[in-house]
Amino acid sequence: MRAGLVCAAVLAACVRPAFAEFKVALVLDRGGKDDKSFNTSAYEGATLAKKKLGVFLKYVEVADDNGFEPMLRGFAQREFDLIIGIGFSQREAIRKVSAQFPKRHFAIVDSEVTAPNVRSLMFEEHEGAYVIGAIAAMTSKTGKIGFVGGMDIPLIRRFVMGYEAGAKRINPQIKVLDNYVGVTSEAWNNPPKGKELAVSQYEAGVDIIFAGAGASGLGVFDAAEERKKFAIGVDANQDWIKPGVILTSMLKRVDEAVFAVIQEAQAGKFTGGVKRFGLGNKGVDYSFDQYNAKVLTEPVRKRADELKAEIIAGKVAVPDYYKLQKR
Amino acid sequence: MKRIIQPVLAVAVGLIAGLAVTWGAGENPWHVFRILVKGAFGSGYDVGMTLFYATPLIFTGLSVAVAFQAGLFNIGAEGQLTLGALAAAAVGAVWPGLGSPLAPVLAGAVALAAGTAWGAIPGWLRARRGSHEVINTIMLNFVAAGLASYVALYMIKNPDSQNPETRPIGAGYGLAHFGLFGGAPVSAALPLALLAALLVWILMGRTALGFEIRAVGQSEAAARAAGIDPGRIRIIAMALAGGLAGLVGIGEVLGNSGRFILGFSPEYGFMGIAVALLGRNQPAGVVAAALLFGALHKGTAELDLETEHVTREVSLVFQALIILCVSADGVWCWMGRGERWSVGASERGAGGAGGREMRWK
Amino acid sequence: MTSGQTPAVELRELTKRFGGVAANAGVNLRVKAGTIHGVIGENGAGKSTAMKLLYGMLRPDAGDILLGGTRCNWASPADAIARGIGMVHQHFMLAGPYSALDNILLGAEPVRRGVIDRPAARRKLEALAGQYGLSVDWDRPIEELPVGVQQRVEILKLLYRDARILILDEPTAVLTPQETASLFENLRKLRAEGKTILLVTHKLKDVMSFTDRVTVFRAGKVTGEVATAQTDPQELANLMVGRKVVLGLHVPPARPRPEPALEVAKLSLKGGAGSRHRLAEVSFAVRRREIVGIAGVEGNGQSELVQAILHPRESRCRTAGVVRVLGREVTSWAPRKIRELGVAVIPEDRLLEGLLPERPVRENFLLGLQRSRAFSVAGFIDSQRLSEAASVAVKEYDVRPPDLDLPAGKLSGGNQQKLIVAREFQRQPSLLIAAQPTRGVDVGAIEFIHQRIVAARDGGAGVLLVSSELDEVLTLSDRILVMYEGRVVAEFERGRVTERELGLKMGGA
Repeated sequence: MRAGLVCAAVLAACVRPAFAEFKVALVLDRGGKDDKSFNTSAYEGATLAKKKLGVFLKYVEVADDNGFEPMLRGFAQREFDLIIGIGFSQREAIRKVSAQFPKRHFAIVDSEVTAPNVRSLMFEEHEGAYVIGAIAAMTSKTGKIGFVGGMDIPLIRRFVMGYEAGAKRINPQIKVLDNYVGVTSEAWNNPPKGKELAVSQYEAGVDIIFAGAGASGLGVFDAAEERKKFAIGVDANQDWIKPGVILTSMLKRVDEAVFAVIQEAQAGKFTGGVKRFGLGNKGVDYSFDQYNAKVLTEPVRKRADELKAEIIAGKVAVPDYYKLQKR
Repeated sequence: MKRIIQPVLAVAVGLIAGLAVTWGAGENPWHVFRILVKGAFGSGYDVGMTLFYATPLIFTGLSVAVAFQAGLFNIGAEGQLTLGALAAAAVGAVWPGLGSPLAPVLAGAVALAAGTAWGAIPGWLRARRGSHEVINTIMLNFVAAGLASYVALYMIKNPDSQNPETRPIGAGYGLAHFGLFGGAPVSAALPLALLAALLVWILMGRTALGFEIRAVGQSEAAARAAGIDPGRIRIIAMALAGGLAGLVGIGEVLGNSGRFILGFSPEYGFMGIAVALLGRNQPAGVVAAALLFGALHKGTAELDLETEHVTREVSLVFQALIILCVSADGVWCWMGRGERWSVGASERGAGGAGGREMRWK
Repeated sequence: MTSGQTPAVELRELTKRFGGVAANAGVNLRVKAGTIHGVIGENGAGKSTAMKLLYGMLRPDAGDILLGGTRCNWASPADAIARGIGMVHQHFMLAGPYSALDNILLGAEPVRRGVIDRPAARRKLEALAGQYGLSVDWDRPIEELPVGVQQRVEILKLLYRDARILILDEPTAVLTPQETASLFENLRKLRAEGKTILLVTHKLKDVMSFTDRVTVFRAGKVTGEVATAQTDPQELANLMVGRKVVLGLHVPPARPRPEPALEVAKLSLKGGAGSRHRLAEVSFAVRRREIVGIAGVEGNGQSELVQAILHPRESRCRTAGVVRVLGREVTSWAPRKIRELGVAVIPEDRLLEGLLPERPVRENFLLGLQRSRAFSVAGFIDSQRLSEAASVAVKEYDVRPPDLDLPAGKLSGGNQQKLIVAREFQRQPSLLIAAQPTRGVDVGAIEFIHQRIVAARDGGAGVLLVSSELDEVLTLSDRILVMYEGRVVAEFERGRVTERELGLKMGGA
């Protein structure tokens, strides 16, 4: 027993970082670090920073919206140098805590907080979705494509709107079906329901479904495999999950954004304000690797890259739901 | 006395079991316990957060307890509180110009009314249509969630946020936070919850209606034979339960976020079942149990921060272990001389269905 | 026992505890082969527990069971059945839609090459039936047979399984006097054939007329064992109760007032589709200061009648007809309003309908009176006044123990019933509806409750007494109505009817 206590004390001591170490805190969203997409991506970026840059990293997962603030505050009180909140739910909490601790640095993914000590990491999901929509429209043989979202919330609307616009660009007559898994946060983690929706879309003639539903998307992949149709992944590169079934994934490089902000902060170059990640800086993109090389054909890729270039050059205005909803 | 000792003992055993789990995970249980206590009560802010978490649990615990007294199982507190919060937020968003104190009172009354109505529906279905409240309340939870997301996303959505949430309420609606708690959002909702507990206690113990509710819960047949309309009582009890759950909206919307955020509740409604169970369906017990769960919620969050191996799942393990120990009531009695035995096949004698003369409890 | 012969059944110092309470504390019982042995005692005296121990449904904590001198140790009733013990439960264990034949074969099917050999079984049964004079219509669904015949089927079931020792638990509770007579006729034949019969009952009369010896139980112990020929009902009653009791209350004749306390006209309750009416146009009146007794074999609409009077609004209680209480038509009234006219009710099943068994006596005393002016002010309960009134009433009605905080379920049956009477009489009733008021109540309490009912009558109340105990109806009622299959089939004035006549009417003759 005593040995156990000693061990624990030693362990506890090990947890404490050396004095001069750069301390990074990562506050993950409800999905947790194993959601295989958004949070995982953030966690991987931070872990990479820990390995490459030698920073001290502490991450926590928070169970409810009201839990963010005490966590962020706890980290601020413990003098962490950079505190990163993952997900738009943390906006209010970051806003409050960053005001209370002006000397600490904060970053938030997917939401804008205007404060000198907060970096907002924003992704132009609509741009990525536009390219994905175009790819889907080019690959579709039935002229019907689908979208399965987690919940009907603004972020997901942004995806749908870009997706539809990209598809229509290729084929103005194309039909886009959209369905949502649920109305509670369970919706992001309900693969059976995702599968059910996907099956009914496939039965309605859809031959490609873009899954924007967190872990529920795994059900969409299952359905695609059973029906011998295509699915499209989201956030992380999910092509490997079912090679040949997943046409491509819409990448959202949260990992790179997180890594970059840690790197800058460690180097003493932290600045507040919004940093946007779009097609231009490869913050969003479509995936191409050995897992989907056989299904994502050369001409499709070529056309997709052309569209990308047009968007980057500002020749195409991709509709942005966030801007539209403010009107 | 036994009524108090048993839950306390159960909590202690659950806590010890939970700490043993952390020990198994490679942490020093004493260290873990200290973090728990410090996390929950270490500073004014920590105490405030504990109280903040406890407040909705008092409401939902009371909600479940009142329904339970009438022999009903209210699984619908989650839907009722969703609707209450939504209604309060809607009032505040639609008429933002109202000033204090009218504004919060109005929003609070609307939250109460919305929850009441949402509770009365399954009560009515049970009383007049005979469909079981467990099924109905579960269904209504989904309906409430769907309704809430529709209202929050299509009717009064917040254009300045990517969050699925409603427009912020007017400034006049906000409830001030007590200064005592270092900025934790402890508002008038806490005294309101305590007042609700007191009122429930008076209602159940001192009034004819409370007596009728308990009578129906004890024995519908006896209540009916005594001239009580069990259906009517059930509707009233469920409406009361719904109203209590609806009041959660006051602390959350008026006292904290200033808007309705989809999924703001970490399942307060379902935790209310555990709170009522641990609190033995008594108002004072519910308050105590809610404080304990609030403290656990806050304390275990701190564990995540302070230790390497313990994560938020441990909070759930703790709570589950405690509930397990509390609900293992029979086991306690069995250990304590097996008093709670009752004769299954009763002695029936004189002239037919004489009754269960041999009942030992 | 006088003879040195080995008894067929012997229980030796049998003890069985439930929790801290001994249901049987050192019970000794010896039954000679080929006799009818009465086992008598009040509810909760331990007679049923003893029989369950004998039948293997319960296992004793201490003591022995001996059959023909051999010690037995049952693991389950199956063991007891294998050794020739059979039991007819008070509530028959029959599968309603199946024929009498199938019910008997159920669980003991004679199988030949994997097929049930029905003809062989039938032959054996017909022989048995002939031997004991137990005629049964083999092919009709059991639920269509009269209760007396169902009981016969139960007995045949035991004989078919070669039972030598038959335990009958309250066999006469659901029978008309004629059926009772026929049952005992059959039991005598069985005795003549060498069967041993244990007759568990609380009816002194049954014991006196049909048994050879009697064992009396009280409070988990045997308080006496006597030869029936050498005892009388008074002695048995004293042994059962433990003190001297008065048997046979003298009720002075009523002096009814002309105004009615209760009138029902063409009261009907339709059964489910296809089934007969459960109440068919029942009409009668109960005047103030009069006791009207409803006699009938259980299940002939008496319970439905009471429900229809108390809950006339509900379609499951009444489908047609009118109810008037104290001259006012209450057919569409809420039950509470009806009760508030001054209607006291002693419900049929007191634990189900009369009490909240887990709640203290105090709260049970309040049940139904929670809105009365006596105990509540503006919806709040005046607990001070409640406690005062309850302690006075508990004393007056001799509820023992007089502890207001004791859960009502822990009182004995008699004291529970006295508590209900005490509560209901708080209303100063103008109409008293007493359904099975002394069911499962000890002899002492019966006497007390009867006196109270008569006192209520003499105080000006109209009393509707529903009872399946003929003696009770005959003793108390100023007029007797007989119900059979949902109708009132006969009416008699006090003293103008014999038990035999009443029995015939109850049987539908």
